[in-house]
Amino acid sequence: MNGLLIDYNFCTGCHSCEMACKVEHGFAQGEWGIKLTQQGPDQLADGSWEYNYIPTPTDRCDLCADRVKEGRLPTCVHHCQGLCMYYGPVEDLARQMTSSHMVLFTPCEQ
Amino acid sequence: MRQGMNPDLYREEWQWQEGDVTVTRSCQWSGPGCHQGCNVLFYTKDNKLVKIEGDPRSPVNDGRLCMRCLAMVEAVNHPDRILHPLRRVGERGENKWEEITMDEAYAIIAEKAREVTEEYGPKSIVTGIGTGRNATWQTSSLAFAGFRTPNDTAGMLSGDCCYTPRLQAMNAIFGSDFIADCAQLSAERFDDPEYRRPDVILNWACNPVVSNADGFFGHWIIDCMQHGSKLFVVDPRVTWMAAHADIFLQLRPGTDAAVALGICNIMIQEKLYDQDFCDKWVYGMEALAERAALYTPEVVEKISWVPAAKIVEAARYLGQAGTVALQWGLPLDETKWAVGASLAVAAVEVLTGSIDVPGGFVNVKYGHVQSDIRENICKGMGKQVREGRLGDGKYALRTVGFGPHSMGDDILLAMETGEPYPIKMGFLCSTNTFINMAGESKRVYEAWQKVPFVVVCDLFMTPTAVGCADIVLPIAMGCERWGIRAWFTPLRAINKILQAGDARGDEQIMLELGQILNPDMFFWDDVLEMNEFLMKNLSSMPFDMTWDELQEKTLVYPKFQYRKYETGDMRFDHQPGFNTTTGRIELYCTMYDSAGIDPLPHFKEPTCSPISHPEEAEEFPFVLTTGRRSWEFFHSEHRQLKSMREFHPWPLCEINDQDAAELGIKDGDWVYLENQFGKCKQKAMVTPGQLKGTIMAEHGWWFPERSGKLADGLFGAFDSNINCLTVQNDMATSGYGSSYKTQMCKVYKVTDGTEPKGDMPENVGRDQYEIVNR
Ligand code: SF4
Ligand code: SF4
Ligand code: SF4
Repeated sequence: MNGLLIDYNFCTGCHSCEMACKVEHGFAQGEWGIKLTQQGPDQLADGSWEYNYIPTPTDRCDLCADRVKEGRLPTCVHHCQGLCMYYGPVEDLARQMTSSHMVLFTPCEQ
Repeated sequence: MRQGMNPDLYREEWQWQEGDVTVTRSCQWSGPGCHQGCNVLFYTKDNKLVKIEGDPRSPVNDGRLCMRCLAMVEAVNHPDRILHPLRRVGERGENKWEEITMDEAYAIIAEKAREVTEEYGPKSIVTGIGTGRNATWQTSSLAFAGFRTPNDTAGMLSGDCCYTPRLQAMNAIFGSDFIADCAQLSAERFDDPEYRRPDVILNWACNPVVSNADGFFGHWIIDCMQHGSKLFVVDPRVTWMAAHADIFLQLRPGTDAAVALGICNIMIQEKLYDQDFCDKWVYGMEALAERAALYTPEVVEKISWVPAAKIVEAARYLGQAGTVALQWGLPLDETKWAVGASLAVAAVEVLTGSIDVPGGFVNVKYGHVQSDIRENICKGMGKQVREGRLGDGKYALRTVGFGPHSMGDDILLAMETGEPYPIKMGFLCSTNTFINMAGESKRVYEAWQKVPFVVVCDLFMTPTAVGCADIVLPIAMGCERWGIRAWFTPLRAINKILQAGDARGDEQIMLELGQILNPDMFFWDDVLEMNEFLMKNLSSMPFDMTWDELQEKTLVYPKFQYRKYETGDMRFDHQPGFNTTTGRIELYCTMYDSAGIDPLPHFKEPTCSPISHPEEAEEFPFVLTTGRRSWEFFHSEHRQLKSMREFHPWPLCEINDQDAAELGIKDGDWVYLENQFGKCKQKAMVTPGQLKGTIMAEHGWWFPERSGKLADGLFGAFDSNINCLTVQNDMATSGYGSSYKTQMCKVYKVTDGTEPKGDMPENVGRDQYEIVNR
């Protein structure tokens, strides 16, 4: 099974994944294949700030089946400005999970 | 080539076929605007743009794109684009037009220019351009060589407060330009054997991941973070970058100089600066030490609201940080004492010693291709064209020195008073002036009403076009024009793939009009021939290459050299040292000393602040700042794109959660922002991340979905426009800098029922103007 690995240490919330997905699939207003969640800004007891973005694929996500068939990367991965999205077999992606603040999604069967 | 990308689908040629689709590698550098110009792949079919992707072969952006570039297909094919020249029908503000031909339009413009020149002299013609348009050389070339006027303005931007103050400061202390080295200077990037990433990126007054300003792709910083760089952030807001920084100083807007001097003070006192480097290469250490000593941590806390202990911690951190790369931003320019603040922040960087070393703050001598072009076009013009430029003689740094622009503030005064000479014609290229770059929006709008003939060139009908224009010329999108792009490095080809109606690039308009106005100076047949000429006359790029070769390669990097102050590659006489009078970095600027400007980094309280005006602060208790960018928009652009408005439907102002609670304001409430100069309404975004006592309000807002008629509000030109609360003509002695980012205001809920309803504006992308002769 293939999935999307997000290293959200480096996700700046730039929306390129959301927009690329919308453009590729022609989604209408209000339709999303992937959606950002924002945590914070929230000040912790030690004075530091938590402020993270995490993109979550929706059920509309087909892992860009057409693109992948052509030999391309999913468009969100291709255009991710933080270079923090990875596509591939979940076993390989799981091995890349070597730090905190990473999440692996398996949005759909293929 | 980025890893994991398919080389058969992302090819090396500049153009290839995929079935019936043509794929073209190019550089997207306006329109719409952006300071960056990333490499893209345009997919076209039957003369229509059908897809865009980031070019994974380009080390510039590695295939990545912002959402705005991802919206290019929507923008290029937008039904409301202006595709043919328009002549006004009826009064200004009626938004009624007739379509004419380009030849007719040029003839009208040339005839008006002749009339004005004969009756008042050529200097009564003013040109203007918006930021990000191929870095703004076209209108100044047209002004000097075509109209023979020196009065070109960056959209009436007060005190040229965009990068120019920082460039002035760098010119004074280093004798040249410096930028953060985030591995963008070599095609090998992080694999270049000479390169090492910064240990710390000193991100001062800048949120580059959103702004991509000054020829710097913001996510290069994320690349460095991925390679282990740490962040040090100075900002009034808790940005994502601030939250991910080792050190974050949350300061009152406009107090950067005091904070920087406070850091210098501790670094010098505790000998945390690079003593070897400074002993050898810095002039004025004692004078700086003396000035900085006035800024004890306690003094700085009082001025900046940053706790004293934080200043000490920050200085000690920087003192042991290793290599530090300074990435700074526009907020320094948009304070009145911008040059003093820029000197102060640069001094912090100099004390770290990370000057012109890998991963540091490095000198880039090349890539000022827009100046090369301007020089080539204007060099034949005599001194008399430059004489009498508005603003000259009035400010210490403006009569001599570089900078193509006339002082926008003095053009404004001339428009209003007719002194020292009247302004009778305006030629505005891609600037929505009173919505965006000009402060004191209504005043600037009124002033344009006194100018009898105005041409506006733009992509879409804007408030500036409806409100001021007699002729509107259609501007090309990025894929519809030829061009050469460089701002630093690399040199990139901009390829024309499509033609939409009569739309043309700013340089084609300049060239075609120039051919009519002054054919001796504009002797190229077309833009391609001009590009060919320019490629052979690039004084700021070390290449001997034809246009065809550049197009073939798509982009080329010159070899970058570090530590040029040791090799003699930095000075005009090829001696070791910096390109200054003393040959050292002048933290005490000898040039400013003779120009009558404070030669040391300096802080002065903003004109309008709770400290300078405590009595007014009772009515207007908040420090108002503005101008931070949004992902969705380039300044006042992109408002007519449905996609961008879905992400960002309404203008937002950020307010601290405790402040909001005290005022009974909830997240999403429409509020009025009001001060001595005016008011506007925006939607409150309540966040603990905004420094208490300050408000950040968005700029550039107008509403293409509303009626453009003046009687109906000119696309809501003054409804949410933050420049109703800023001013022109509040300038320091140098003549560089403005007070846009340091105003005061009060905030209260909109209760008069005038607030827009709904989560999403209606009619985005509707007909924006009426054509009567179609
Ligand atoms: S993989 Fe494709 S479909 Fe799924 S979220 Fe990314 S862009 Fe959308
Ligand atoms: S494109 Fe990448 S960096 Fe941008 S929001 Fe999506 S995951 Fe984050
Ligand atoms: S910085 Fe973003 S908007 Fe600008 S050219 Fe690059 S991708 Fe496009």
